[in-house]
Amino acid sequence: MARSVSTNRKLVTTFFAWVVGLAIFFPILWTILTSFKTEAQAIADPPIFFNFHWTLENYVTVQERSNYFRHFWNSVVLSGGSTLLGLIIAIPAAWSMAFVPSRRTKDILMWMLSTKMLPPVGVLVPMYLIFRNLGLLDTQIGLVIVLTLINLPIIVWMLYTYFKEIPGEILEAARMDGATLRSEILYVLTPMAIPGIASTVLLNIILAWNEAFWTLNLTAAKAAPLTAFIASYSSPEGLFYAKLSAASTMAIAPILIMGWFSQKQLVRGLTFGAVK
Amino acid sequence: MGRITLDKVSKAFGDVEVIPPLDLTIEDGEFVVFVGPSGCGKSTLLRLIAGLEDVSGGEIRINGQDATQTPPAKRGLAMVFQSYALYPHMSVRKNIAFPMRMAGMPKDEQDRRIEAAAKALNLTDYLDRRPGQLSGGQRQRVAIGRAIVREPDAFLFDEPLSNLDAALRVGMRLEISELHKRLTTTMVYVTHDQVEAMTMADKIVVLQAGRIEQVGSPMELYRSPRNVFVAGFIGSPKMNLLTGPEADKHSATTIGIRPEHIAISSDAGAWKGTVGVSEHLGSDTFFHVTVEGFHDPLTVRASGEVALYYGDTIYLTPDLTHLHRFDAQGLRIA
Repeated sequence: MARSVSTNRKLVTTFFAWVVGLAIFFPILWTILTSFKTEAQAIADPPIFFNFHWTLENYVTVQERSNYFRHFWNSVVLSGGSTLLGLIIAIPAAWSMAFVPSRRTKDILMWMLSTKMLPPVGVLVPMYLIFRNLGLLDTQIGLVIVLTLINLPIIVWMLYTYFKEIPGEILEAARMDGATLRSEILYVLTPMAIPGIASTVLLNIILAWNEAFWTLNLTAAKAAPLTAFIASYSSPEGLFYAKLSAASTMAIAPILIMGWFSQKQLVRGLTFGAVK
Repeated sequence: MGRITLDKVSKAFGDVEVIPPLDLTIEDGEFVVFVGPSGCGKSTLLRLIAGLEDVSGGEIRINGQDATQTPPAKRGLAMVFQSYALYPHMSVRKNIAFPMRMAGMPKDEQDRRIEAAAKALNLTDYLDRRPGQLSGGQRQRVAIGRAIVREPDAFLFDEPLSNLDAALRVGMRLEISELHKRLTTTMVYVTHDQVEAMTMADKIVVLQAGRIEQVGSPMELYRSPRNVFVAGFIGSPKMNLLTGPEADKHSATTIGIRPEHIAISSDAGAWKGTVGVSEHLGSDTFFHVTVEGFHDPLTVRASGEVALYYGDTIYLTPDLTHLHRFDAQGLRIA
């Protein structure tokens, strides 16, 4: 239903939307700006906004001191690997929950989600010991497994919601047409759910890319992703804001660019099922 | 070959028994229609035959072989769904090819059958379109095409015409009947529309609350309905059912007389009534006549030319050779 909105009201709303948007974006903007300053300008009081000598020095130093591309590659492997593994597990799981639900399906879904409510630090020690005993500390495979498990509830939930939208009759038709369970999922369900799967993949890559608790605690050097790369600039020899900012900018840039280009898919994914 | 036998087949969802044990034989090449009001279990029965639902008891035999535990894909049956259930991401060609692709049929044989089906169903120009670009009737034809190419032992139709508009429905009805005549393959067809049942079936199975009320040819059901339910369900408009003193006269609890078996006169007859609403169909006119002492108005069929108006007094005389009598249990009295 269309509602008439006065021009004044539109102006006020737009103004506030911009204020809120800028407030949310400001930390990222500030980080990016700081990364182009010298260390002295970075901590100047009062803060300098644009009126400083732009330099790429921090980026050069950061790349020289710690190999950005190795961390970047680790991040790619961890987020990509955990997403792929998650999908392989979640697609059949979501299929069964959406199309052959049992009396306990809703409870299982709730229970899966409830694992996200547990503070991760609560299981840090046991997880660390398990990883140590299995020799998984600081390995890509170990982290892929952890990240998969952490994000699995979200992947299953999202896919479940998408699959619920697909009419069951189409899958029954596939069954009547002689499709095995594998063909049914591979040739009918998955292609129909591609938009949903795409937004699930995007969101999951972002979550895995930014995950900092487990990646910091279970890695040292070999498997350390970009989160560890940023963290390495925050302590031993005191804070170097400009370099830390350069490191952060380099770490978030890939995912920011990906997010920018896939905005439409992401928004659709996050609001899916809200309006029917 | 497509002989389907149901032997004491029953179905319960949890504690609710939707189909009490029933027996039914569908002969090879027969066009059988399951008809009944919503929720009578007709679709469930079809899905049991298809294997999309598991039976709770009894046995389903296809061509003499026990198929009760056979998965749907292995039963040699093809199904056409009410919603068409086409694969939206595939072209018409791929939709039709899908069952053959699943069966691992050679590509040239697939192409040959697709061309043949497309030609028979007027789909040749649409083979490279997606289902979303087709009209309802075309979609339904694609669904039928997908079913034909497999050359199944039997076709199962689950209310295939309910999503079409009235004009298209009549056309598709004819097409399906023609298809049956041409292929002579067993067809099991579910509908709630008794006109579809009457016009298409070799054999009608009337269902109510999961029970089979009567099995027979359309004319058998029309001429001698076994009970009040079938009498009221088969025939359009509905049979007039009367209870009370009028039925007592014929030593029955309920008597039934079809609208076409009542004669109209302006001066003399068995019942005196007042004309209410008239429905003019052109070829026929149906008058709803209120008769003194009767609970419900009677429906009377007359030719399209009869000129009677709201409020006119008329006399009605039932044709006693076509009077149906039912006892207190609602069963037909011979």
